[in-house]
Parts: sequence; C-alpha cells; structure tokens
Amino acid sequence: MVSLVAGVRRRLPASTLGRNLLLVLAALVVVVLLLELTDPFRNSQLATMSYYAIAAAGLTVLTGLNGQISLGHGALMAVGAYAMGLLLNTGVVPFPLAMLAAAAVTAVVGVVVGAAAARLHGPYLAGATLALAIGVPGLAIHFDGVFGGEQGLQISSPRPPDWFADVIYFLFANEAGSAKYFAYIGWLTLLAVLLLLSNLVASRYGRVWRAIRDDEVAAELAGVPLGRLRVLAFVVSAACAGLAGAVLGIVVRLAAPSGFTIVLSLSLLTAVVVGGLGSLGGALLGSALLVFLPPAVTGLGMQAGLTGVQAAQLAPLAYGVVLVTVMLLAPGGAMGIARALWHARPRRRFAQQPANTHRMDEEPSTTDATEPGGRT
Amino acid sequence: MTETAALEVRDLTASYGPVTALDGVTIRAERGRITAVLGANGAGKTTLLRSVSGLVPTSSGQVLLGDRELTRASAETIARAGIAQVPEGRGVITELTVEENLRLGDLLGTARRRQRHRLEQVYALFPVLAERRRRDAHSLSGGERQMLVIGRALLCAPEVLLLDEPSLGLAPQIVAQIFGVLRELVDHDGMTVLLVEQNARSALSIADAGFVLNLGRVVAGDSAAVLAADDDLRHAYLGF
Repeated sequence: MVSLVAGVRRRLPASTLGRNLLLVLAALVVVVLLLELTDPFRNSQLATMSYYAIAAAGLTVLTGLNGQISLGHGALMAVGAYAMGLLLNTGVVPFPLAMLAAAAVTAVVGVVVGAAAARLHGPYLAGATLALAIGVPGLAIHFDGVFGGEQGLQISSPRPPDWFADVIYFLFANEAGSAKYFAYIGWLTLLAVLLLLSNLVASRYGRVWRAIRDDEVAAELAGVPLGRLRVLAFVVSAACAGLAGAVLGIVVRLAAPSGFTIVLSLSLLTAVVVGGLGSLGGALLGSALLVFLPPAVTGLGMQAGLTGVQAAQLAPLAYGVVLVTVMLLAPGGAMGIARALWHARPRRRFAQQPANTHRMDEEPSTTDATEPGGRT
Repeated sequence: MTETAALEVRDLTASYGPVTALDGVTIRAERGRITAVLGANGAGKTTLLRSVSGLVPTSSGQVLLGDRELTRASAETIARAGIAQVPEGRGVITELTVEENLRLGDLLGTARRRQRHRLEQVYALFPVLAERRRRDAHSLSGGERQMLVIGRALLCAPEVLLLDEPSLGLAPQIVAQIFGVLRELVDHDGMTVLLVEQNARSALSIADAGFVLNLGRVVAGDSAAVLAADDDLRHAYLGF
C-alpha cells in the first residue's frame, strides 16, 4: 500500500501547476461520476458541501497559512449571497457574472475588515471578526426594504438550460433537474477555487504568508511589508467566502439573516481544523464531514430505535466527539494522517529505485528525511 | 570621535508603560567600524536596537542614518533605508528552505539580478549555507541558524548591521567564526556594525569602540581598548 503510494507520487509531474492541474482534472472525473451515480437528494447535499468547501478553502488559507483567525466568514458569505440575490433578481445579469461580482463585492468588504484585522492579534482579532458575524445579519434586518428583513431575500436562481439537460441525457441517460445543475455549478466553482488557491499556496505569496505566521519580527526586519500581505490574505479569503455565498444563494434560493449566524462561522472554522489546518484537501474533507456526518448519525440513531428528536440530538454530540477525538489523536487533522501515509517511505526495495531528485526542491523536509537514496 | 557617523542616536527615550527602558541615550556608530553596546541584563541594549529598527516606539530623541532622519519610521522603511537588524533568538522560518529564508525580504520583489549577486556573496561568506541552500532551515544547527539570519540581513544590502547577542548559546569556536566574518565585512566592504553583547570580553576583542549601558543610560563610551583597560568599569558593569 505504502509502496504503491510512493510509486504514484514519483510519477506526478514536477511542476506545481502541472501537478495541481492533473489533480483537479482527476477530481473533475470523480465529481461527474459522483453526481451522475447519486439521486437528486444526494446531489443537493453535494451542492451544499461545495459552498461550505469553497468558504473553508478560503478560510484555511487565512488561518492555516497566515495565522489570522476569523469568526466572521459566515458574515462574508452573507455579503456574497445578498449581492448574488440582488444581482440575479434584476433579471439581466447572467449568473457567472453575478458570481464574480458577488466575490468582488465581498473582496472589497475584505479590504476594510482586513485593514482592521492586520493590526490585531489572537483574541482581539477573533473579537473583531465576531462583531462582523453578529453585525452583518443585523444590517439585513435593519434595511429590510432592500434585503427583505427577517424573511430574507428570495433569489431567482438560474434554470438548467436545455443544452445542459441534453448533454447529461446524451452522456449518462440521466434526467437533469435543478438540484443536479446547482451541484455542477457549485463543484465546478469549487474546483476552480481549489486550483487557484493551491497555486497561490505554493507561490512566493504562500511562502511569505507562512513566514509571517511563523516569525513576524523576522519577516518584518527582512523588509516584508507585513500589513499589506495580511490584508491581501484577508481579501483572498473574503473573495472565496463571497463566492461561497453566491453559490449558496443559487442553491438555497434565499438569503436570510438566520442562515448566516455565528454558528455558520464556527462550523467553517471547525471544518477547517478537523480537516487539517492550512490544507486545502483538509477543507474539503472537513466540509464533507460537516454535511454528511449529522444525517448519517441521525439515520443510525433511528435504526437503533431512538425517536426522531433523540436521533437528531445525537448528531451535534457525534460532531463534538469527532472534533475532540481528532484534536487529541491527530492535531494535524485528517490531512495530517493522509500526509503521513503519502510521504511514508516504502519499507523495502528503496535501494533499487532511481534517485528522486526533482521532488527535493519541492518538499525538502519530508523527502530529505525519509529517502536515504534521494540525495545526490 | 571624528568624521561622520554612519548611525547616530541622539537623546533617545523609550518606555514600556511606566518602565523607562532608555533614558536619553546618545551613541554613534562610526562608518566602517564595529561598535559594541555592552551592559547587563535589563540595561536597555535590546530596546536600543529595537527602537533603532522601528520595532519599539520611542517617546523622544532622534535616529539618524547619515543625514537621513529615521525617527519613528516603520520597520519596513528602516530596513529598506539600509539598517538591517539580526534579531536575538535567530528568527529562522523553519518551514522554508535556507535560500527562501535568505531571500525572505525580496521573495515578492523584482530585484532578482542584484539579489542573485548578493546571495552569492553571502554564500561565499558562509559556505555551509551554500551547501544547504535547498534544505529546510529546520535541519540547521544553532550556529548555522545564526549565520542564516546574518546572511538574510546582508541581503538587504545594509549600510549598518545591527546584531543582538549573536554569540548567545553558541560554542566559542562558532562565535569566533561569526565574529571573523563580521570583521571581514567591516574591513573589506566598509560595513558599519553595531553589536549588542552581554559577553563583553569577546565583544571588546573585535570591536573598535564601545558604549556601556546601565539602567537605560550610557555610563561610558570610548574606544574598545580604553574600555577593556578600565578596571573599575569592568568590575562594575561588565563582569570580567
């Protein structure tokens, strides 16, 4: 098993972009299969997962890579969702354009919040972003003429076009409902976001962000423009949250204050931590857990003879237990475990394998330490 | 004290809340010389360096780099103006490679060609870093980490290099090697060095001049030879 992983690892392209592109293409195939092999209910669950994952991916860049915590990402998703609703309801803006605009609007909010956040640390930053999480839904209620108050803003989501139904029928002989259409929109957006972020993480910006997180003073003395880079991380992360909000708006067809409470922000944070802080794959896994674990636990509870209410109460308990267990047993999250497997060296036969030099530039810490034959 | 000072600190005062850490400190670091700042724990040595490089706010006084006033400028501005500080406690980013650590200040910049040239100079000064350029900084020893942060400061092409306790926790042999490199930088490249040390004996052995701080005030300032020969001063403040 381990030597199989090592074999796959060696055959991946050397360039980060190439590797990420290949991964995303592979993921695309998996996503299409997943969506075509499951029923509309699962499709809509997967659509839900896609917008959680988009927001979580952005959050993991901010928190995991640059060390800034945010309890306000739920509110940023609200900004994206309301912007999306207002644009779509005009009836003239095509939805891809509206999604980009929603992301842009949220990015602008991110500049403002990020500029404040760049001066704050730890609990103070958490507090300031918490204020955002509390305040933004309140704004929607206060300006109820525009945002629809407590009832929220109905969003006229795009209908699946004929060509989409034709393509799906032609390729898979499946009916194409709007659940499936929304799931495709969500997952294509998610894959695009993952591709962009994974390259950003590996770029010079990613490295400087990590440097700031690890030793702020050293980075500052070396002449790194600390404030600007912190704001940039916040803006990138906010744009992702806005995009997630836009997808949410399409899928849920409603933007209402009750959908963007502090619970949403906290869920995103726990998803990121359970999956593995700072890892995009972890954000994906954490979001899957967020969406699929509670119904699964409820289902098990019902089978075990609990009443519906009791079974539903079991779900948050199970999520809490998972969170605590992961923190105790694998502080690196799910991706920490996966990474340990990926980089584990095959137990035998490494002497026969060719020296694996091109990987050394990429991850010297792990490859150097684990591959005695790899150094030239 | 003659000619122009590369770095001049005039009447600098800084406090942490009610505690005055620097109380009207005036020192000068002559161009192309090593100037040591000596004193016991809590004398204000580190605060002096940190306020020169903009990490600690000052309440009055001036910091001058040549003719240029840098009082209360941001740390980034000061770094780009030509004052590079090597912080105490290494400041190595262990997740990045040695070369990325060196180029930290300009990873986002555009000055690639000049950078490459300076990088080669740093590698020539510290060959061990060249050997490990692609390795994670995580794998470096204490002495190598000190070399790495000095190298990083040199990549800013500074006029003045500030060092905070570079000998801390290092074997005498490594300290001698690092001090040798500092001497070489000063003698061959005309670098100005301001060296903060608790280890007064070894600092005075390579410094040209020195100042002694006690409780935030300058109690003595003279050539290194004079300071080292002053028995009273050595017993009272320098502990050797």
